[in-house]
Amino acid sequence: MATIELRGITKRFPGVVANDGVDFNATAGEVHALLGENGAGKSTLSHIMSGLYRPDEGEIYLDGKPVSFQSPRDGIDAGVCMVHQHFRLVDRFTVAENLILGDRRGAGRSFKLRPGAVVDQVRKLGERYRLPVDPRARVWQLSVGERQRVEILKALYEEARVLILDEPTAVLTPDEATTLFETLREIVAEGRTVIFISHKMNEVKAVSDRVTIMRAGRVVETVKTADADVKQLAALMVGRALETVQRRRTGTVEGDVVLEVKGLSADSYRATTSLENVDLSVHAGEIVAIAGVAGNGQLELAEAIAGLRPRTNGAVKIDGRSVDGVRAAHNAGLGYVPEDRLGMGVAPNLSLAMNVELKSYREGQAGPFLRMGRMRGLAEQAIERYEIKARGPEAEAGTLSGGNIQKIVLAREFAGKLKALIAASPTRGLDVSAVETVHKHLLDAADRGVGVLLISEDLDEILALADRVLVMYEGHLTEAPRDDIEAIGVLMAGGSWEA
Amino acid sequence: MNHALLVVLIASGVAYGTPLLFASLGELLAERSGVLNLGVEGMMLVGAVMGFWAEQRLTIGSGAVSLILGLVVAAFAAAVTAAIHAFLVITLRANQIVSGLALTIFAGGIGLSSYLGTDLNLADQPANHQFHAFLPSAMQNWPIVGPIVFGQTPLVYLSWVCVIAVAYYLMRTRPGLNVRSVGEAPGAADAMGINVVKYRYVHTIVGGAFAGVAGATFSLAITPQWVAGDSLVQNSGWIAIALVIFAFWRPELCVVGAYFFGSLQALAPELQARNVNLGPTELWTNAMPYAATVVVLVLVSWRGAARRLGAPAALGTPYAREEH
Repeated sequence: MATIELRGITKRFPGVVANDGVDFNATAGEVHALLGENGAGKSTLSHIMSGLYRPDEGEIYLDGKPVSFQSPRDGIDAGVCMVHQHFRLVDRFTVAENLILGDRRGAGRSFKLRPGAVVDQVRKLGERYRLPVDPRARVWQLSVGERQRVEILKALYEEARVLILDEPTAVLTPDEATTLFETLREIVAEGRTVIFISHKMNEVKAVSDRVTIMRAGRVVETVKTADADVKQLAALMVGRALETVQRRRTGTVEGDVVLEVKGLSADSYRATTSLENVDLSVHAGEIVAIAGVAGNGQLELAEAIAGLRPRTNGAVKIDGRSVDGVRAAHNAGLGYVPEDRLGMGVAPNLSLAMNVELKSYREGQAGPFLRMGRMRGLAEQAIERYEIKARGPEAEAGTLSGGNIQKIVLAREFAGKLKALIAASPTRGLDVSAVETVHKHLLDAADRGVGVLLISEDLDEILALADRVLVMYEGHLTEAPRDDIEAIGVLMAGGSWEA
Repeated sequence: MNHALLVVLIASGVAYGTPLLFASLGELLAERSGVLNLGVEGMMLVGAVMGFWAEQRLTIGSGAVSLILGLVVAAFAAAVTAAIHAFLVITLRANQIVSGLALTIFAGGIGLSSYLGTDLNLADQPANHQFHAFLPSAMQNWPIVGPIVFGQTPLVYLSWVCVIAVAYYLMRTRPGLNVRSVGEAPGAADAMGINVVKYRYVHTIVGGAFAGVAGATFSLAITPQWVAGDSLVQNSGWIAIALVIFAFWRPELCVVGAYFFGSLQALAPELQARNVNLGPTELWTNAMPYAATVVVLVLVSWRGAARRLGAPAALGTPYAREEH
């Protein structure tokens, strides 16, 4: 009998069906991987299992008995614990204090606080499962990898029977990931269940017994990991439908080089995502896509080119001019659609009109004064041209939907003499029609002779738009065959590809 | 010896510091749960007027009983005032700064407390009873410790009990750990089954009760009377808020800060009485608590210090479980 079983789970959010009639089960003693792209519904499903969300339809069974969780606590009490991508720890507490927080079984139940009482227990758990961490250390003093160990220890301390890990390796170095896999194997060897959420094929292959592939809120298939190879998994995850996507054009683009990056190096907060000696060039009228799993240095690359991140080495040329710094890059004709739309793309409390003019207001300034009439006119044009749905030019940018915010960003970045454009995850989280608009504008820009550098995790998007595909993994770029999804998938997972 | 300047200053510092201590303990409880309440001044004034009223009018039993009744009524009245703030910022998720300031204006010297005092005809009445130093006068006359430790009112000893109780509760008990987690990381607390809303309500309201007792310390002990306006508590509520920062959100350090600031309040009149002229003494003794707080604020915003000594991480931020 399955330890945990979901039947017909449907969860709707305004405008999207995140899970659509999902059946899923995991048995005692297995690592069951949930594989899928961003937005495939993996996280929603795990939140339903752990009690954070309640399903709109469908049932959850533990050991064959139906359960209904009202909160994560109910899940924990029933033995379902989740390790979130963003850890749920109190930074200023010690490891031991974090473990006894909310404890209803062990030493934490007493009125008098005795974190010392669990110190030995934590040490023993740590030794047994290869999760070494000092129980008396404060969480803020720990590395990200250590914090994850604390989360897993917390689950083991709560005697979890089902442990769900949401993209656990995203924050780990390869060595740490290997150790994590050993730990997970040991946990299931005792008859517990591990549900491992990932979009990295080789990890799934390395650690899981079975794998359930999700796409667009539905389960595509559940297979034994041993029976599937990485290529098959990649094809299932990305979807066969992709193979019919038409290329935008054939042949190579013969425009001038509008964006040239030579030997670019830049530091990151994490060693694995630092850029080292990156070369890249984009021709006029060309869309070059950078594929890769988030957090492999794409953000650093975009910021280093745009002048937002200090370079340690290398040069960037836009339209033949060497540039360094945000203003220089902008003046040379670089547009930048940042990944963090609301945080960096717009000033949320300013009006739509002001956001459209954020980069160009100097041109129409009358002395120290802004010309509000001109600003208004430009905003009205932008609203019409980009089909922005808003009350009017005075609407606060932050009150608009993600798609409309992105259109404001496009309107601003496309104004003026655009030579090259960086678009970082330009359609992440947008609904289908907004995605279409963004894609249309990117293609239009390329047709007008703008060189577009598209950074995306979405393979569909990349295959639909790109003339060339580069894959970024741990701060390095590799050229990938344009039409070969499997090759791209393997490179994204850090594998090598021999055509 | 007991009239030496330092001894007198410390002794009156303890007396004047006691309302600061009560109020800052209350504010500390609220802030540890993540709720900033800038309405302390207003809550103190409500406590002062209602405590005085209960002591004057609800004469049942002896003086001691009516004084205790005064304290209880003061605590209750201020707790009710704090509940308004709690409802606005926890349930309705209003801005805590705006709501706290509004509470001080609403309940303070030109608002509710003055209305109540005038309506109940409390002005210009001598108190029926007041808290006195009660230990044997032989003890009070002991050198140095006599006036400082034994020459105080029961409220001072009550405040010491409260400090120990609050410190023990916060740092050594399970509910205390829960409060701190709610103030630091409400999301993590919620995930572990701790009722964030309940903890915040309880600590904001209990914090208000402490402010009420602080107000009653003025109207029943330090200046046993009621006067309209806010001259009765003299900005103590604001100093108490500064004091919580000054004490790094630790109850035991509140004692040090409260008595230090209390001594400063006693310094100007005491110097005057001794014909010592140090220029506009009152100016800088009045400014000192705020100046000291600015210095401490700068210190605790230092990177490493912020983690060890800084404000609860979720202070001032409303909490809602995410489900989009």
